[in-house]
Amino acid sequence: MSMEEPENTHPDVIKKFMYVNRRAPYGTVYALETLEVVLIGAAFDQDVSLAFLDDGVFQIVKGQDTTQIGMKNFSPTFRALGDYEVSKLYVEKESLEERGLAPDDLLEITYEDEDDDWAEKPSIRIVDRTELTKIMAAQDVILSF
Amino acid sequence: MSILHTVNKSPFEKTALQSCLDHASPGDAVILIEDGVYGALSRTAASERIAARMNEVSFYALGPDLLARGVANGSLAEGVKVVDYGEFVDLVAEHELAQAWL
Repeated sequence: MSMEEPENTHPDVIKKFMYVNRRAPYGTVYALETLEVVLIGAAFDQDVSLAFLDDGVFQIVKGQDTTQIGMKNFSPTFRALGDYEVSKLYVEKESLEERGLAPDDLLEITYEDEDDDWAEKPSIRIVDRTELTKIMAAQDVILSF
Repeated sequence: MSILHTVNKSPFEKTALQSCLDHASPGDAVILIEDGVYGALSRTAASERIAARMNEVSFYALGPDLLARGVANGSLAEGVKVVDYGEFVDLVAEHELAQAWL
């Protein structure tokens, strides 16, 4: 039996899915669980994006080292999202500023653009609150945990 | 009678830090742990809260929790002392009471 991709029963229907991340990474399990759901959902060939706002911006701060708290550092997994064709990570500018963070404090997350000769491009897009509001309004499905 | 207060919630999400500061007496100590360590960041919307009590309350942040969250020492508010687990135990022993702001 060949290992074929599962057939999409509605091949023409691609919806815009947004996962909203509003929580810090280690104090609760929500951040890690959301990332797991994103990776599972990536198998369904939909138009997926992630939003990071409020304490969610802390999830993608670089330089995380969890060796002394006995928990898994899952921040490197965000860098694998590009391989799952998840290439839109919207980060709210105001949330960064309120937390004393700058774009340089964030992980380097990239994807390869198949429409541009697989050029490597940044997945993180800093947007202000007004822009994020519009992006949210344009979704078909918004998931928060 | 001095109290060691522990705060384990982010000041951007919960009011635990503010309530703690509103109920801390001069001479008390506050240790920021877990997501509470975000309260130790300088130049944030919450930085003023700690700065306002810095002259009469001692502030500590748990190093392993800072490290896990990628919070570099350079971005900490001035006057917040970073401690390890052993020093956290010492602080508990040094104070008559511990109060957890959950």
